[in-house]
Amino acid sequence: MERLELVCPAGTPAALRAAVDAGADTIYCGFRDETNARNFPGLNFSREEMEEGVRYAHKAGVKLLVAINTFPRAGAPEKWRAAVDDAARFGADAVILADLGLLAYAADKHPGLRRHLSVQAAAANADAINFYVDTFGVKRVVLPRVLTVQEISAINRQIGCETEVFVFGGLCVMAEGRCALSAYATGRSPDMNGACSPASHVVYREEGTDLVSRLGPFTINRVKRGAPAPYPTLCKGCFSAGEYRGHVFEDPVSLDAATLIAEFAKAGVTALKIEGRQRSRSYTQAVVRSFRKAVEAEAAGLPIMANELQRLTEGQTTTAGAYAKTWR
Amino acid sequence: MPARPSLTLGPLLFNWPADKWSDFYARIADEAEVDRVVLGEVVCSKRSPFCEDRIGAAVERLQKAGKEVLLASLVLVTLPRERKAMKELAEGAELPVEINDFTMLRYLEPGAPFAAGPLVNVYNEGTLAWLAGRGAKLVCLPPELPIASVTALAKAGGAAGIDTEVWAFGRVPLAISGRCYHARIHGLSKDSCQFVCGEDLDGLRVATLDGEDFLAVNGVQTMSFTHASVLGELDALKAAGVTSFRLSPHDCDMVAVAGLFRERLEEKLDAEEAVTRLGMLLPEARFSNGFLFGDYGAEMVERAQRQVA
Amino acid sequence: MQPATDIVAVPAPVRLFLRPLPLFPLRLVLERMVAGLIRRRPGLFSRLDEHAQKTFLIDPTDLPFAFRLKPRPERPSVEPVRRGDGGLHDARVAGPLGALMGMIHGAFDGDALFFSRDIVIEGDTEAVLALRNALDDAEIDLMEEAAAAFGPFRPAVEPLMKRAMPIAERVTGLPLHRVDMMEF
Repeated sequence: MERLELVCPAGTPAALRAAVDAGADTIYCGFRDETNARNFPGLNFSREEMEEGVRYAHKAGVKLLVAINTFPRAGAPEKWRAAVDDAARFGADAVILADLGLLAYAADKHPGLRRHLSVQAAAANADAINFYVDTFGVKRVVLPRVLTVQEISAINRQIGCETEVFVFGGLCVMAEGRCALSAYATGRSPDMNGACSPASHVVYREEGTDLVSRLGPFTINRVKRGAPAPYPTLCKGCFSAGEYRGHVFEDPVSLDAATLIAEFAKAGVTALKIEGRQRSRSYTQAVVRSFRKAVEAEAAGLPIMANELQRLTEGQTTTAGAYAKTWR
Repeated sequence: MPARPSLTLGPLLFNWPADKWSDFYARIADEAEVDRVVLGEVVCSKRSPFCEDRIGAAVERLQKAGKEVLLASLVLVTLPRERKAMKELAEGAELPVEINDFTMLRYLEPGAPFAAGPLVNVYNEGTLAWLAGRGAKLVCLPPELPIASVTALAKAGGAAGIDTEVWAFGRVPLAISGRCYHARIHGLSKDSCQFVCGEDLDGLRVATLDGEDFLAVNGVQTMSFTHASVLGELDALKAAGVTSFRLSPHDCDMVAVAGLFRERLEEKLDAEEAVTRLGMLLPEARFSNGFLFGDYGAEMVERAQRQVA
Repeated sequence: MQPATDIVAVPAPVRLFLRPLPLFPLRLVLERMVAGLIRRRPGLFSRLDEHAQKTFLIDPTDLPFAFRLKPRPERPSVEPVRRGDGGLHDARVAGPLGALMGMIHGAFDGDALFFSRDIVIEGDTEAVLALRNALDDAEIDLMEEAAAAFGPFRPAVEPLMKRAMPIAERVTGLPLHRVDMMEF
């Protein structure tokens, strides 16, 4: 059986080098603008850095994918089309796209450039995936984090392309690419601006022993001294509803599906994806290294040790998320 | 631009008892001044059986009253039975379908007419043109779009000869999940949810820890706490090229709500007066138009301020 | 709660030793270091973008003083200030010196330090994020920068520093140099 492909995040050239050196098979990254879904301050690649990144990766036999996975703004498609053109020009191994119109553009203008379907396209079943495969020649789909392993296995039997699943990192509880919660509080959304709960709208304040986080005009969390601090994402906030008071949507936990790697292989998955382009090179290195070991263990038929990466994760707690059905 | 902008009554997003459902659509058929009605369950396939056997009668009554009827698809399609139901909806129906997930494009014959609902991602001219080429006759734009994008898309819609619609009234669907928050809040699992979402006819209020109204939970869907309303901005939207306006059903006098929008569209009623009357119809509601005109979705930008800005 | 990692506070004797030190000479050394650092890494500013015009208070909570950083491309400055005398700033990043230096040196992950509340951020969150990301990409080694600050005397000083560093790291518990791959 083929060894599972390890797809690793890089928010900066330094993180790219760290990921390559730590054993990534494939790197994914984005340009420094709103064409990708990690449009954070100080992050991402200039054109020169991307070109150099492709060179560095290829020299090490590592593939590089360019995420262009936000939805082009009406009246300004040029920026997104230029991103696709430049990724092709630099020799990227694939582009990761979400928008129908942009997929059509890429398929038309760069038929030789591999197209992956971003998780932002939220293709959650075999029929939706086959629509993209047949219409736009998509070669791989990144599956939404709402599916169980059984469902993934069923999908793989029915589709005409590869699948990539998230194994580690931040966990969206909502269907990705279909969430306007952030825009409701800040006017900026993952789909339009490439950022959820953007830092420009976040304020942390120490109130007595509490750490209070506000997003736009709304208080979204309040944690006591000694409790882990959360990302200021809306869906991980604390609210009240009826009698209930707490994490209405999701506890601040992170995904860690290391122990499911063998099951993913059996389910016909091609690639494992690590989330975290917004994280430091230190995170990239530690997580990639750990998953490299796990993938090798799986390929050799050895048991996979649970990760010791909790200290790196939000909430400092990990979950197998929707891969286990109890999550729903 | 068509002389007469149309009004669409979107699909009911909440879980109402079957009799209430039937009574609601009977009254809409007989009294509401809407041009188009979208029927069917969008949010959760577990709710589908409740009103399924009522749809036929509602369609008949609505059509008899001269209203165009479309059938809505599910927003999130994962289970085999959901795929089967959606395939049947596309292939078996004599009525056009409103797609709320691109899965439907796998089942619809290329060229067959359909509408794109507000829950599929149409953010730019490229996507809109592609859908129009595929058979879309109406596109209801994602509610998070700002007026600049709406203007550009309405222009593209006009060029493609299709209707461009905006979310005009009602709580805004903001997110969809595999997980049911109504069940979670009640300490239940999704599989044994006891249909607790049926207790909240307009959704369950979610407040911040400071007690401020924030969101509304509707089963697996998360909505705005505020009711979006563009009643005061219809002139600007018409001028932008928008040809259709969507009203989302709530547990209020929707016939009266539709009446206000119709009178405003026909300029028989002053904007100020219309807004005041809408407030009287929904005394508990807080309104917003921030996605279109403000800095963020929950905001309400008054007409005067907008004109100054 | 788990510690993000093994962060050691600056030992009390070191703190006592530092307290009476005059800040002005420290400022001269720091500014020389920062000026050199920035000259060698112009890329820092394209990442910082408009945030290069902001003022950051870097507050090592186990030192008797903090640093006011203005990363201006034309004339960067780092000013040591007494605690409570931080002056105007857009954002404050506070935490043990070991955490802050570990973050710069790539030993620790900034988000992880935030989750574990080893570091606290206040004020302009976006500016802090930009600074953090820019520094992470710059792969700074403060020891190298310090050596470089000696200019023509670098060849004489550097071997001494290299010899002293492991001892200094052991005594202080601080990650004083960049962590590279092979050290794991």
